[in-house]
Amino acid sequence: MTKAQARLLVALLTGLVFGAGLVISGMTQPVKVLGFLDVTRRFDASLMLVMVGAIGVHFLGHRWAKRRSAPLFDERFQVPTRRDIDTRLIVGALLFGAGWGLGGYCPGPAIVSLPGGGLSALTFVSAMVVGMFATAKLEHHASPER
Amino acid sequence: MHDFTPIPALIGGILIGLAATLLLVGSGRVAGVSGILGGLLVPTDGDRRWRALFFMGLLVAGAVAAWLAPESIGASPRSLPMLVIAGLLVGAGTRIGNGCTSGHGVCGLSRLSPRSFASTLTFIAVGMITAYLVGSFGGEP
Repeated sequence: MTKAQARLLVALLTGLVFGAGLVISGMTQPVKVLGFLDVTRRFDASLMLVMVGAIGVHFLGHRWAKRRSAPLFDERFQVPTRRDIDTRLIVGALLFGAGWGLGGYCPGPAIVSLPGGGLSALTFVSAMVVGMFATAKLEHHASPER
Repeated sequence: MHDFTPIPALIGGILIGLAATLLLVGSGRVAGVSGILGGLLVPTDGDRRWRALFFMGLLVAGAVAAWLAPESIGASPRSLPMLVIAGLLVGAGTRIGNGCTSGHGVCGLSRLSPRSFASTLTFIAVGMITAYLVGSFGGEP
């Protein structure tokens, strides 16, 4: 197996395990997500424990990975290095948070829900794809060098 | 149904952390769902195949779940017009802000990135306010 093939296998396995994690954790049930976000009604703290589990493991996993000079099947790590907090970052998070609190879906669970989530997940994901495309087009129009 | 489920939440979270670690150790990439999808829709680098396979993995996991445990995939309680607006906001916001719950919330916080702390605090706060307002005045059951 070449390194390029190994990267494809890694990507497939990552998707499978990530998807299984989202399902098992209950995050593919928007009522559980909304139950966390809306603290005033039937508060459901599950989402917090999903974050604790994921960050706990990946905090260690990330430190372990970065001890290597390069990943196993590629020449370099492609991890964001910026540390400045700019307006774009916050405006994006504001819009994303509003959409998340409105629908109860963020991108990962919505995509995992496509095969079994009916019209609800399909509608959300279609609109999300349109939103990404439209934003990319507008940004390109505003500053073509980006 | 929507009550606290600490053990599955923790196990699922651990799997998400392992998946993110696998992608980082194997391919040197961040497991951010919106970023990987964005790069598939609007190519930024040469290789789209790994992105497509990552999504195939997510979809297969979802299909198996829908088959073995249909109740694990729930519909959103919001109306379809609301979900259209929600989807547009999430698509635009993750593109402008470079990430979502996975890229900033899981991967970014794990590397103690100040940008991801700022992003995550912002989207959780706004998500809470929005969910409260829509739950109170959105005409939902």
